[in-house]
Amino acid sequence: MTANLLVRDSRRGTACRPGRLLPCGLAEGPSFGDHLARHGSLPDGRRKESWQRATLTAIREAGLVGRGGAAFPTGRKLDAVRSGPGRAVVIANGTEGEPASRKDRVLLSQAPHLVLDGASVAADLLRAAEVVAVVHPDARRSVDTAVAERGAAGVDRVPIRVVTAADRFVAGEASAVVNWVQRGTPIPRGRPPRMSEHGLGGRPTLVQNVETLAHMALIARHGADWYRSLGTTEEPGSTLVTLLGAVARPGVYEVEIGRAVHEVIALAGGATDELQALLIGGYAGSWVPAGSALELPFSAHGLGVGLGAGVVAALPADVCGVVETARLTRYLASQSAGQCGPCVFGLPSIADQVDALAAGRPGTFGDLERWLEEITGRGACGHPDGVARMVQSALRVFAGEVSGHRTGRCRASEAARVMPWPIPDVVP
Amino acid sequence: MTTPVRLGVDRIACDGRGLCAEMLPELVVLDDWGYPILRQGPVPDALRDLAEDAVGICPKLALRLEPCPVCDAPSSG
Repeated sequence: MTANLLVRDSRRGTACRPGRLLPCGLAEGPSFGDHLARHGSLPDGRRKESWQRATLTAIREAGLVGRGGAAFPTGRKLDAVRSGPGRAVVIANGTEGEPASRKDRVLLSQAPHLVLDGASVAADLLRAAEVVAVVHPDARRSVDTAVAERGAAGVDRVPIRVVTAADRFVAGEASAVVNWVQRGTPIPRGRPPRMSEHGLGGRPTLVQNVETLAHMALIARHGADWYRSLGTTEEPGSTLVTLLGAVARPGVYEVEIGRAVHEVIALAGGATDELQALLIGGYAGSWVPAGSALELPFSAHGLGVGLGAGVVAALPADVCGVVETARLTRYLASQSAGQCGPCVFGLPSIADQVDALAAGRPGTFGDLERWLEEITGRGACGHPDGVARMVQSALRVFAGEVSGHRTGRCRASEAARVMPWPIPDVVP
Repeated sequence: MTTPVRLGVDRIACDGRGLCAEMLPELVVLDDWGYPILRQGPVPDALRDLAEDAVGICPKLALRLEPCPVCDAPSSG
């Protein structure tokens, strides 16, 4: 495979080159036979300690990090679960609660066997007793078909159970996924103990994003050097992105990490307007100014912000970033699991202040900035931290617009709503 | 010498009763909604007994002392 920019358009009928993960021109599938024809079988001898050690080393040396949002090193997570007490559980996390993201359901629909290969490899590496695939409802049929094919072929040592994911922003957080599978309540729980020690049914549990598992399936076949032949030294490989907003062809694409951001935008047919800012990562991601970002490498190091779940939302110049931020903040506040005081009371108060700012009403800006600092790190999960980070980035990137709003001026000519808005009832 | 400890709080269990901030204002302040903000870093030896009392008096059993071999790491509270 050449080290070109990898291009994968999630829609059929458009020019397409296959990426590492996504095939071309398929709405669903491929069949297990097609999957084997493209990628080959997983290596033999996966129950041998020697193979497991070599593969764990390959995953570490590949530098693979989680693609669910936190970018935690996958090798370290596997090590932690492997040394946990008792028989492990593997959960393939395709919840995709992030409203702007589509990459996990597209991957599960178009390359389910690659994800399930990764889950199977993880089960071998951890000598797990159980594999559970928690998948977005849109991908359920495809995954069910794939699991049935694999069962008939007898390829997986551990049977795979499929569970439809809960539809809620925080439902994809690792402990929330465990709670969903175990109790039907998709809410995070506090730490400690960690999932690696005490997860599903009290067993050491690997909760791994489905895209991460798909990369693992390829590293198990081709090794660390192959994986590192794309990307940058610090952030090797390719990654799936969901491009939306002011781009010609919104959708899911696979990109080489470290390519210029304007090349990533070009994958989606380029910008349809002059761009003002990009929201990187997801709703609880970070705003970056488009002018400088377009020339920077698409990587956490290059942009100075985490890539989160791979969302890139392009905000055109004539749309008010403060109004967009107010909408995002209100939505995120509505998605608190309702368990921790700083989140339950802090997020609505913050959303009120951002609303006041967006509407040009008098507000207590000093409180807003203090609250954003104070709620960080004070939830059982990272939800309040993500909201604070997003709003803080907005106050920096839209500083000019913010001061205009504080004196009752908004320079935006359009009130267009760039972000998908999943809960119409709570539109501010 | 005792192992360094830091304060931690179970954010789900915490109900914002505020006894910890009354007992240990040196290390715990309350936010605008009455929930504790814990000072980062190790509990000073001089406050160790008071900290243990504060943990004992929390009506929700939410406050805890946790060992912190590397006390410059952010606390879980």
